[in-house]
Amino acid sequence: MRKGQYRFVTGFLLVPVALYLIFVIWPYIQTIGYSLTDWKGQSQTFRFVGLDNYRALFQDDIFLEAVWHNILFLIFIPVITILLALFFAFMLNAGGRSRAGGVRGVEGAAFYKILYFFPQVLSLAILAVLFNAVYRSDGGGLLNGLLIKTGLVDADNPVEWLNEPNMVLWALMVVVVWHGVGFYLVLFSAAMQSIPRDIYEAALIDGASRNQSFFRITLPLLWDSVQTAWVYLGIVAMDMFVLVSAMTQNMGAYGGGPDHHSDVMSTVMMRNFLYYGKSGYACAMGVVMLLLTLVLSVVTLRATRRERIEF
Amino acid sequence: MSTPIKETAPAPAGRPVARTPLPAGGRRGEGVVLNAFSHGFLALWALLIVLPLLWLVLSSFKTDAQIGGSAFGWPRHWSLDVFARAWGKGIGDYFLNTVIVLVFSVPLTMLLGSMAAYVLARYPFPGSRLLYYFFVAGAMFPVFLALVPLFFMVKRLDMLNTYQGLVLVYIAYSMPFTVFFMHAFFRTLPTAVFEAAVLDGASHTRTFFQVMLPMAKPGLISVGIFNTLGQWNQFILPTVLMQPQSGSDPERYVLTQGLIQLNQQQGYAADLPVLFAGVTIAMIPMLVVYLSFQRQVQAGLTSATLK
Repeated sequence: MRKGQYRFVTGFLLVPVALYLIFVIWPYIQTIGYSLTDWKGQSQTFRFVGLDNYRALFQDDIFLEAVWHNILFLIFIPVITILLALFFAFMLNAGGRSRAGGVRGVEGAAFYKILYFFPQVLSLAILAVLFNAVYRSDGGGLLNGLLIKTGLVDADNPVEWLNEPNMVLWALMVVVVWHGVGFYLVLFSAAMQSIPRDIYEAALIDGASRNQSFFRITLPLLWDSVQTAWVYLGIVAMDMFVLVSAMTQNMGAYGGGPDHHSDVMSTVMMRNFLYYGKSGYACAMGVVMLLLTLVLSVVTLRATRRERIEF
Repeated sequence: MSTPIKETAPAPAGRPVARTPLPAGGRRGEGVVLNAFSHGFLALWALLIVLPLLWLVLSSFKTDAQIGGSAFGWPRHWSLDVFARAWGKGIGDYFLNTVIVLVFSVPLTMLLGSMAAYVLARYPFPGSRLLYYFFVAGAMFPVFLALVPLFFMVKRLDMLNTYQGLVLVYIAYSMPFTVFFMHAFFRTLPTAVFEAAVLDGASHTRTFFQVMLPMAKPGLISVGIFNTLGQWNQFILPTVLMQPQSGSDPERYVLTQGLIQLNQQQGYAADLPVLFAGVTIAMIPMLVVYLSFQRQVQAGLTSATLK
């Protein structure tokens, strides 16, 4: 590098690196340290307790149940979202067939893409309010209103979507899927459009049906995007904080009801941190969340690894 | 969009596709049925997106009693009063707080992020690769990992429940994506222009601001929209950092936080039309930004995910 460049480089990096270190990296590192203490948060005094917090975590039934709920989300949210998004993306990009025999998208594909994507730009807070109204447990809720009108549900005994222990996780999952499908549809569409047309046309001449061209051509060539989608949806499933804390009943604070049936790791953590004041314990939960996220990423990438197809 | 397209080897891997040509008539029939089928599903999902949103906006014109009674009544009075009431009941303040924070955090994120990305992309120095990965790695970790120490860090800086505290934290947490995206962008810019500027005697700083940054405008727009959406919708960071610390402390809730607050108060003092009007108010800027920039929004978010 020439003279004067070092000063320039340092000058440009100084503020961004400093901010990033102070507010992101240093807290990440501190969490690991604090997770080994019995810190309450009010004062700077705490004792080093070794792995006690982690030992307590494995006996904390509420936390273990929350981990289980996260695992359920981890299985169902990606599967449902990706399947729906793939289905719609294939419809939009290859659903129509022109008279000449070529493959093209259905009419109005651009409009659908704009519309489907819209929920993605809404904040989860808006979604929480919206679906709280949709799931109202009387005739004023959109779902119960519909079911009562069509006679499927008795008006005096509507479905308690968010208060049924067996229902609440599914009700939350619907919100995530509703929110995410449009985004992954656009993601898959972009990947599909980069597949050269002549591959499809060659297959078509060879007499491939729509199903065959999807499973033999589209899906293998899309595998990278599906994998990415899986990891991202996994991260969503590990979080879930806004929806659970705002939509389900309060157990003291930060949702999780009925009776912890919808608690997830993030809500348990926030309750321990800001409501019970158990900062050290909450840090241990943060570390467990990190480890699970890393395991998830590695497992997903390994399990779905295939030979990369280039075209 | 990120996959390199090669001219050669058009055949997909695996077995060759089965050669069972369908009779021409059969194929046309399949096309018609499948088209109706696919249009049906596409339209159904479109309805599932639009209906709940429209229903909610419509509900803000109803009275409390109407909302509780049945989901399908039409509003009796089409009066915009409820929006004024919602604005006065806190939504206005929350909206303003969000705007104040974003007016500072988004431009600063763009500036600082671009500066770091530019230097890392175009000035090879020992450790620059490492520093780049260090920035990008931040996107991998759950924010919950940092929350507890972050709260005390901001507290120690005496910036809890202040705009500047939230602005700084937003900038820091937007760094990974901004650096990653702009890094890729600055790499693709031609070197010739840069060299010409240097030959003309422009300083490094001047080259950056007057030559490189204007050339990176398309990238800046994408990242700018992404950061605006992300920071506008942020919930967990303000929840932890923007709580009044004492009785005399002013309430500086941002919009998302305020909406959730209102939503949770419904149990005590029901004023649902106000809540729904608040959601409508919060939705409108997003709708406007999205519809004006939907191409960039979709492209920006997708390419951010693909790498």
